[in-house]
Amino acid sequence: MGVWPILPILVPFVAAVLMLLVPGRLKLQQGLALAAVCLSLIAAVRLLAFADTGDIAVYRLGDWPAPFGIVLVVDQLAAMMVMLVFTLGLPALLMAMGGTDTKGQHFHPLFQLQLAGLAGAFLTGDLFNLFVFFEILLLASYALLMQGPDVWARGRVRAGLVYVILNLVGSSLFLIALALIYGTLGTLNLADVAQRLPLVPLEDRALVRTTLALLVSVFVLKAALLPMALWLPRVYARAPASVAALFIILSKVGIIMLLRLVLIGFGDADVAAGLLMPWLPALALATIGFGILGALAARRLVEIVTHLVLVSSGTMLFSIAFATVPSTSALLWYLPQSTLVTAGLFLIAAHIDARRPGLGDRMLRGPSVSGRAWLGPAYLVLAAGAAGMPPLSGFLGKVMLLQTVPSGAWQPFWWGLILASGLGMVIVFARTAGPLFWQSTEMPPAPASEGLSGLAPLTALWLLVAAGPLMVVFARPIADHAAATAHQLHNPATYISSVIGPEAPVRERRP
Amino acid sequence: MAVVLALGIGLLLAVGVWLVLRPRSFAVVLGLTLISYAVNLFILVSGRIDWVLPPLVFAEADRLTDPLPQALVLTAIVIGFGMTAFLVALALKALAANGDDQLGEGTPQPDNLQPDAPQIDPHTQDDH
Repeated sequence: MGVWPILPILVPFVAAVLMLLVPGRLKLQQGLALAAVCLSLIAAVRLLAFADTGDIAVYRLGDWPAPFGIVLVVDQLAAMMVMLVFTLGLPALLMAMGGTDTKGQHFHPLFQLQLAGLAGAFLTGDLFNLFVFFEILLLASYALLMQGPDVWARGRVRAGLVYVILNLVGSSLFLIALALIYGTLGTLNLADVAQRLPLVPLEDRALVRTTLALLVSVFVLKAALLPMALWLPRVYARAPASVAALFIILSKVGIIMLLRLVLIGFGDADVAAGLLMPWLPALALATIGFGILGALAARRLVEIVTHLVLVSSGTMLFSIAFATVPSTSALLWYLPQSTLVTAGLFLIAAHIDARRPGLGDRMLRGPSVSGRAWLGPAYLVLAAGAAGMPPLSGFLGKVMLLQTVPSGAWQPFWWGLILASGLGMVIVFARTAGPLFWQSTEMPPAPASEGLSGLAPLTALWLLVAAGPLMVVFARPIADHAAATAHQLHNPATYISSVIGPEAPVRERRP
Repeated sequence: MAVVLALGIGLLLAVGVWLVLRPRSFAVVLGLTLISYAVNLFILVSGRIDWVLPPLVFAEADRLTDPLPQALVLTAIVIGFGMTAFLVALALKALAANGDDQLGEGTPQPDNLQPDAPQIDPHTQDDH
């Protein structure tokens, strides 16, 4: 496999450094950014093709053997998520070239650092290294959040402050959990943690259980589970569209890490048994309900979309609580399509905002959006995908999720809420379409506002609009890949033996 | 030794949590700083509490201390420092934009306006 596993981290990182050497030269920075994203995309495709063979590539940094050194692990899940990061990164970058990148001097370096942090968080096999990549992507996200249109500046600073404080508290919890893991298990490597969890001595069990609970709460904070979800709509609605589109995958980092921790880290160890029940499914259902209510109450399209992020987080966290092979593969099908469709909705909200002078994407009576002949169909495709209407990808995802629900007490709630969320979304999108597309036609041809200019933002929108239908056309290979990924995740022995090697290293017993 | 450290970490964390729950950004920044002190000490003691032991291979030493938590805490300090610096800059920006350091959304608190309180002219205040 050679150096391929580290390229999705290294390429954006080097690009960011090069951009800092040419400050203020926007065209050059844009060219570098596009080149870096395309190169990383090639690396991601290469990793995905490799992972599809079922092998797991391990890249040892500095060639230190696994439990002692840091490793990057390319399994099917990591390859899929890295692919998704850059598939989303390309349209987000194109969207930013429509004018967002002129707001701040360092937009492009920050954007690349964000991509590097995301790729690293998905690839790393070491928990402390995961913390470092978390901080890289969070710091980039704090700064990117501040680069939006000036009209929202005051609210954005307030929302940004709350977001930063919340994440700093989350990082402190994460560090406490990591220190406890190192103190009790003597390792920070995920595969090694999985090996040592079943061997925890009796007197340490309570401490280890607390540690795992702390780690789970950090991940659900990042994924925005209900009591800790109220920050997400406020922050994402204030971010510029290109950044908000990329932020969607930020909330997925927590979900994927939780999935990895539950399936590989916890394994069958009874010290971790029953840690997620019954609060995780209950809170996940509450998050879905909260997301729908918020979307119904929202007054701007972008606010609706931010609540959709909550609905999709709740849906995925619920299926993690009942992790079985079919539910995991349904989750892994649902995740990319939900991410791409929601990102598309963020972009279309920004396009509508720029083409409806005075009203923006607010749901107020008034002139409809200019260019509705082509914005309308794009909105229809995205809304149908997000609501889970039959011909499109969202529908397939919902069917898979419904089929895999465990029979029992949870089933009626799950089915009821998933179907109700579909209905709620249809109502919300239909209600939104009225004022935005169908009201009076008399409308002076207004130029696109300063927020969006050039062909790049349109290309970005159409790329994401096309993603939903394409996922239906290629549903079979993608579903097969999701199923294979789920199988690999549910057999942690392969992961552990690939990372640690055939025999466990000999270590002294700690005092 | 262990008891003193545990009490110290607990005290720092408790005060930090209390400060973070204040509604003003200045108190929150102080609180987060205290929490990060507590966390850094906590990471350090996760490698067991020891006394004057070298962390590296050293011929005359009969025992070595665990070097990994020291490396971890160094990383955590650097990251925490950067984050705090950014938070202070952001809090100052919020102060400049909003005129107060209240956290959260919404209008200024009514008790700050005090419509019934007698207005004191800042120029005549020094005469008293």
